[in-house]
Amino acid sequence: MQEDAKLALEDGTILKGEGFGYQTIKTGEVVFATGMTGYVESLTDPSYKGQILMSTYPLQGNYGVSEEWFQSNGIKAEGYVVREENPHPSHSHSGDSLSGFLEEYKIPGISKIDTRSLTLKIRKYGAMKGALATEEVDDDELLAMAKNQPGIEDMDLVNTVSVTEPKILGEEYKDRAVVLDCGIKNNSINALLKREIGVVLLPYNTTPQEILDYEPGALLVSSGPGNPSRVKESIETVKRLSNRLPIFGICLGQQIIALAFGAKIYKMKFGHRGINQPVKDLKSGKVSITSQNHGFSIALDTCADLPIDVTQINLNDGTVEGIEHHELPISSVQYHPEAGPGPHDTDYYFDNFMETVKKY
Amino acid sequence: MPRDKDINKVLIIGSGPIQIGQAAEFDYSGSQACKSLQEEGIETVLVNSNPATIQTDMDMADSVYVEPLTPEIVAQIIKKEKPDAVLPTMGGQTGLNVATGLEQIGALEGIKVIGSSVQTIKNVEDRDLFDSFMKQLNEPVPKAKAVSTLEEALEAVEKIGYPVIVRPAFTLGGTGGGVAHNRHELEKIATRGLDMSYINQVLIDQSVMGWKEFEYEVMRDKNDTCIIVCNMENLDPMGIHTGESIVVAPSQTLSDVDNQRLRNASIKIIRALEIQGGCNIQFAVHPITGEYKVIEVNPRVSRSSALASKATGYPIAKISSKIAVGMTLDEIQNDITKETPASFEPSLDYIITKIPRWPFDKFKGISREIGVQMKSTGEVMAIGRTLEESLHKAIRSLDVGSFGFDTVEFDEEKLKNATDERLFQVYSALKSGMTVEDILEITQIDPFFLHKILNIVEWEKKINSENIFQPSIMRETKKMGFSDRKISQITDLNEETIRKTREKDGIIPSYKMVDTCAAEFEAKTPYYYSCYEEEDEVTVSNEKKVIIIGAGPIRIGQGIEFDYCCVHAAMALKDAGIETIIVNNNPETVSTDYDISSKLYFEPLTLEDVMGIVNKEKPYGVVVQFGGQTSINLAVPLAREGVRILGTPHESIDRVEDRERFTKVLNKLEIPQADYGIAHSFEDASEVAERIGFPVLVRPSYVLGGRAMEIVYDDDELREYMKEAVRISPAHPILVDKFLEDAIEIDVDALSDGEDVFIGGIMEHIEEAGVHSGDSACVIPPQSIPDEVLLTIKEYTIKLALELDVVGLMNIQYAFKMDEGNPKVYILEANPRASRTVPFVSKAVGVPLAKIAAELMMGKKLKDFGLSQEMKINHVAVKESIFPFIKLPEADSVLGPEMKSTGESMGIDANFGVSYYKAQLSAGMDLPQKGTIFISVRDADKDKIMDIVEKAEELGFKLIATRGTALAVEDHVDIDIIRKVSQGSPNIRDAILNKEVAMIINTPSGKQSADDGYYIRRMAVELGIPYVTTLAGARAALNAIENVEKGKIGVKSLNEYHKLT
Repeated sequence: MQEDAKLALEDGTILKGEGFGYQTIKTGEVVFATGMTGYVESLTDPSYKGQILMSTYPLQGNYGVSEEWFQSNGIKAEGYVVREENPHPSHSHSGDSLSGFLEEYKIPGISKIDTRSLTLKIRKYGAMKGALATEEVDDDELLAMAKNQPGIEDMDLVNTVSVTEPKILGEEYKDRAVVLDCGIKNNSINALLKREIGVVLLPYNTTPQEILDYEPGALLVSSGPGNPSRVKESIETVKRLSNRLPIFGICLGQQIIALAFGAKIYKMKFGHRGINQPVKDLKSGKVSITSQNHGFSIALDTCADLPIDVTQINLNDGTVEGIEHHELPISSVQYHPEAGPGPHDTDYYFDNFMETVKKY
Repeated sequence: MPRDKDINKVLIIGSGPIQIGQAAEFDYSGSQACKSLQEEGIETVLVNSNPATIQTDMDMADSVYVEPLTPEIVAQIIKKEKPDAVLPTMGGQTGLNVATGLEQIGALEGIKVIGSSVQTIKNVEDRDLFDSFMKQLNEPVPKAKAVSTLEEALEAVEKIGYPVIVRPAFTLGGTGGGVAHNRHELEKIATRGLDMSYINQVLIDQSVMGWKEFEYEVMRDKNDTCIIVCNMENLDPMGIHTGESIVVAPSQTLSDVDNQRLRNASIKIIRALEIQGGCNIQFAVHPITGEYKVIEVNPRVSRSSALASKATGYPIAKISSKIAVGMTLDEIQNDITKETPASFEPSLDYIITKIPRWPFDKFKGISREIGVQMKSTGEVMAIGRTLEESLHKAIRSLDVGSFGFDTVEFDEEKLKNATDERLFQVYSALKSGMTVEDILEITQIDPFFLHKILNIVEWEKKINSENIFQPSIMRETKKMGFSDRKISQITDLNEETIRKTREKDGIIPSYKMVDTCAAEFEAKTPYYYSCYEEEDEVTVSNEKKVIIIGAGPIRIGQGIEFDYCCVHAAMALKDAGIETIIVNNNPETVSTDYDISSKLYFEPLTLEDVMGIVNKEKPYGVVVQFGGQTSINLAVPLAREGVRILGTPHESIDRVEDRERFTKVLNKLEIPQADYGIAHSFEDASEVAERIGFPVLVRPSYVLGGRAMEIVYDDDELREYMKEAVRISPAHPILVDKFLEDAIEIDVDALSDGEDVFIGGIMEHIEEAGVHSGDSACVIPPQSIPDEVLLTIKEYTIKLALELDVVGLMNIQYAFKMDEGNPKVYILEANPRASRTVPFVSKAVGVPLAKIAAELMMGKKLKDFGLSQEMKINHVAVKESIFPFIKLPEADSVLGPEMKSTGESMGIDANFGVSYYKAQLSAGMDLPQKGTIFISVRDADKDKIMDIVEKAEELGFKLIATRGTALAVEDHVDIDIIRKVSQGSPNIRDAILNKEVAMIINTPSGKQSADDGYYIRRMAVELGIPYVTTLAGARAALNAIENVEKGKIGVKSLNEYHKLT
C-alpha cells in the first residue's frame, strides 16, 4: 500500500494513510461521527465547516454519491478521515465515488487509518486541531499547521456558509417563515416547504427590521458551524425580535437563542455527532432517537434564573437538548429534527412550527 | 417508572428441542429472560422439554419444568403454579404456538400474555390477517393467493403480475414448485403442482426473487419509545431464506435515505402491533427502483435477534423481558457502558459476517441446494475491521477445513442455483476471470460484495513467496484477514515460517472491543475481537486465567450440549475466583453472552487464532474438554506450542483415538471389544471381514462421531463403501469392526479426579446397537440390563478412567449381548471429554457434571463434592432424538450409524412408559391411543414381531400390514392386508392420505431409497404421523401407550424431583 497521505494532530501525533479525493492540505478541528450511513449528508452539512470529519464506521463510500442527498451546495467539511474508502460504489442513484466527490470539491481524504484508535484518543483528550495532507509536505511543517491554526472557538465560520443575498423559496404558499441562515441544511428547508410554508432565507446578519418587512409567521434560526458566541449579529436579532415573532432554533440556532436570553455556552470535550442520540422530552416523557452534530452546548446551570425552561435533555449525558420560553412562543432544539442523516423521529418539531406559523 | 406491580410471577415458555430453524438462539434468549426477570424480583417458572439448555438448569428459574410443550400440558403447569403472566416471545415459534393454543383451550383466563399479545401473534402469523393489517398501515407486501384450479391460478396472476412463485401445498418433500414468468410456464407449473399437492392446492406468490434482503431488529416499550438495535443485509438476495443467507451487519448498500425509509416502516409496524419488546422485520428492496416490500414480521426474539445482540453488544432478550414486565427503555441501563440508558441505537465500528453451517455431509445423496427452505443447523459469526477480514474469519470459524476461500468447481448452473458452496463458487468464478457484471447477472448478488471478493482474488494474485515477507505486504495481507495457513497455501511457504517471521516483525493481532457505541463512551464489558490494526485495547490482568475453547457452530454431532458444558465450566471457574476467558464464534449460544465469562473473544477456533489470544493473555491453562471435537482437535497442537492443557492429559486423547494404541490399553485392562481389522484397500477389508464375519461396521480411522460410518452385510456393499471411503481420505486406513447384531447399547458418563471415579449415569439405549448413540433414545436408570452387567460396566469404566488419567469428564459406549447364554459386555468407544449426554444426565440425576469437571481440572477432588457413589434416582428419565427429515426433502428417515439428529427432548416421570411417552411427545410424536397401526417390516424382522402385534391388539388397535408382514403373524392376531404403493390403488398411500393410519411401524429393508418403505416413511414425516423404524422403538412406543392409558400424565418440576432424591 502507498502511505501517501498523513494527518497531523496538535498533540504531535502523525498518522499515515492512503490519500483519496483532492491533493491538497487542509486544517481543521478533528471530530468523529458515529452514524453508519449518511456520509454525503454529513460532508455537505455546513455545520462541519472548519472541521475534519472522521467516520467511526470503517467502510465509507459503499453506496456512492448522489446530489439528492446533499445538504448544501457541496462539501463543507475540510477533510475526511476513514478506515476504508470504497472505489466501487453500488447504488442505483449513485453518480460518483466518494473519492471523485471529494476531488470535485477540492477536499482531501485519508483512508487506512485506525479510526477506532483515533476516536479513543479524541474521547480521552477531546476534539483536536489537525492538518490533513494528501500532497507532499514535511511532517514538521504539517504539525506546525495543525498546532498554529486558531481553535474552532475563535473562528468566524457562519459568514462563510450563510447566504449573502435573500433567497425566497415556495413563493406560492400563503404562509411564510424567515430563516436566519447560519448554515442551514436542505432538509430543514424541505421540511418547511413540505408543509406548504414559504421560506425566506436571509443572511445571518440581516437586521430585525428587514426580517419584519417580510411579514413572516415565524423566525427560524438555523443550524450552522462553530462557536455561537461569535455570531453576535444573530444573537442581537433574536433579542430584538423576541417579543415580535415566534422564534424557533435548531442546533446552533438554539445556542444563539439561549445566548440571547442570557444563558452561557461551553465547548464540549468532543461533542455529539451521530444519529443515535436519545433525547427525552421532559413534558411528555417521550424518548426519541435524534440526529446530532454539535461541539458547543448550553450550560444547564446557567438557565436557572432565566425566562427559559429546559424542556428536553440528552439521556446519555444529561445535556440540554431543548428549551422553551416561559411566556413567549420561542422554542428550540439542539438536535436535528430535519434528519439527513439520521432518524425522522422528531419530525413533529416542524408540525409545531407549521401550526405556529399558521396561527400567527 | 418501575415494573408492573401486578406481575409477580411469570411463566416463561421455552422453544423445545433443537431443530433446523429453531436452535440454540432460544436457549440464549430464554436464559437471558430468566435472569432478567429474576433481577427484577419476579418469581419465574420455566417450561422447556430440551434438557441440553442452560435455561433448564434448576437455578435459572424458581421452578423448572422439563415437560412437553403442548397447550394441554402447559395448561396443567399454569393451573399448578398460578402465574400472573405468560411470556411466550422467548420460545421461538413454539412459544407463540403454545400461547395461541393456550388461549384456544381457555387456559389463559385472568393471566396476562406479555411481550406480544395473542392477537398480535395472529396478526402476523395468519397470512390473510397479515396482508390486511399491512394494507391498513399502507405498508406494501408481496401479493399472494391460494388457488385450487388452473383457472383460479390464471385469475390470481391477473392481479399479482408475473413473475410469480408457485408453491404446491403439502407435497412429498415440498417439491413441485417453481417460478413462472409467463402464462405458458404458469400453466405447466401450476398443473403439475396441483397434481402433486395432497390437498390439490397451490400458492401463487408475487416474486421478489433477486431483490435485496434486509432485516431490522426493533424494540418498543409501553411509552412507545422505539429503537432499531441493528439492521442487517443479506449477501444472498431474496429467494434464499435469511437463515440460509450470508448476512452482514450493519447494512452496507443502503443510503441514509433508504435506511431511514425502512427504519420508519419498522417503527410504524411495531407501534401498530403494540409489541412490548423486540421484533424482527424483513424487507425486500428492489435493487434498481428502491421499492420495498415487507416480507415477514416476527413479534418475538429470533435467530436474527440473537445475531444482532452479539453483533452489537445490545442484549435484546434481556431488555425485552424487562420491557415485558412494564419497564421502559430509558430506565434500563446499557450493560456495556453502565452509564448510558438502553434507549439508544447501537453504532458499530466493525463489520459482522454470519455464515450458516449446513448438515449436507451427514446425508448421502441429498441435494445441496439452498433456497426458501431452511436447511442449516447452525451458524458462525465473525467480526472484522474490513469486510474481507470478516469474511475470512467467518470461513475459518465454520470448521469445515477451509482456512480461506477455496477453489471449487463452478458453472453458470451452479451459480444460479445456490448451494452451500456458493461463496466459494463466486470466488472461483471471479478467479477464473468472470466479471462482476457477469456474476451479478446470474446471482443478483450486489456488486458491493462481489467487488470485495474480487479484492481477495486480486490480492491473492499479488502475493508470493518473494514479497510476502515485506512487512507492509504482510500487514496488509493480515488486515484482509488471510490466515497463515492460507498464505502458506498461496505462497508455498511453511506456515510456521510465516508465523514466526511476521511475529518477529511485530505483525500480531490487536484486539478491539465491541462496545455498542463506536467508542463514544467508555465500555465496561470485556468483549473483544482480533484485527491487525495499531491499537490494542485489552488490559491483561495478573489474575490466574483459564481459557475455555468453545464448540463453534451447531451441527449434527456437535450440538448445543457442548456449549452447555463450556458455560458450566466458565461459571464454575469464575465462582472459584479464576479469570475465565471464552473463545467461540457461535452467535446463537449462551457461551458467547458477554456476562458468562470474565472475558469473551469472538474468534475462529483455529490454532492460529487461539494462539493469538494465548500469547496475549498468557493463561495458566486451556480447557479443551468441553467444546466437542472442535476443541479436542486443538489439544495436541496447543500442547506442542507449550500450552498447558488442563484436565485429562492430551496424550490420553491420542491413546483412545488411535485404534491400535487403544487396543493395547484394552488388552492391558482385559476389557473386550468387538473383533476388528485395519484396511487400506478393498482386498484388505474383505479379508478382515472374512476373518471376523459379516456384518461389519466400516468407517475411516481418522474421524469420530460416526461420520461416514456404515454397516455392510456382504462383499458387494463393502466394495461400494470402499470406493467412496477411499475418496474421502486417501491417506488414512479404514476400520473394519465386527458389527454386534441385536446388542443393547449402553452409554456412561463419568467423572474422575485421577484417584476416584464417579459414575454420573448409565443410559440404556432403546434402539439396538448400530444406530448412532446420538440418534438413539435412551433411559436412566437402565430398564432391562441385569445387575451383573451393570457391575461389569462400572468396573470397566473405573479401570479405564484411571488408566487414562482422566481428570474431568469421560464418556464410554458399551454393547451388551448374550453370548452362549452368558451376558457379555464389549466396549465400543471411549471419549475422555464431555459428551452430548452430559446435560441430560446432569438433569436426570441432579448433579452438575460439567461444573464439577471444571473444578476437578483445577485440582479439586470428588470427595470435596461428596461424590463417591453412583446416584440413585426414584424417577425415570428418557432422552429422545429430534430429526431434521421434514426440512431435508430427499432424506430417508431410517436410523443408522451415521448421526442425523439435531437435538433432543427429555421426558421425566415416575415410570419408563410415561417418561418415554413424554419424550416422544416433545419430539413431535404424538403417540395414538386408538386407531389403526400399519406395520411393514423387513424379512429379517418378520419372526420377531409377534409380541409387538399382540400388544397392539391387546391395546385395542386395528392392524394392517403389507402382505409379507401380515402372513408372518396372521395366525396370532387379526390383521388386514393392504397393497403396497407399487401394487396399485387402493394402497397404503391412500390409507395414509385418508387419515386412516394412526401410527406406522416400518423397518427398512434395503439401502435403495426409492422403494415403498422410503415413500411411506417420507409421508409419515411430512404428514406428521407417528412412526417408528426399529422394533425396539415399536416396543417402547406400545409400552408408553399402555402406561399413559392408565392415567392422565401429570407435571412436576425438576426442583421437585431432585428435592426427593
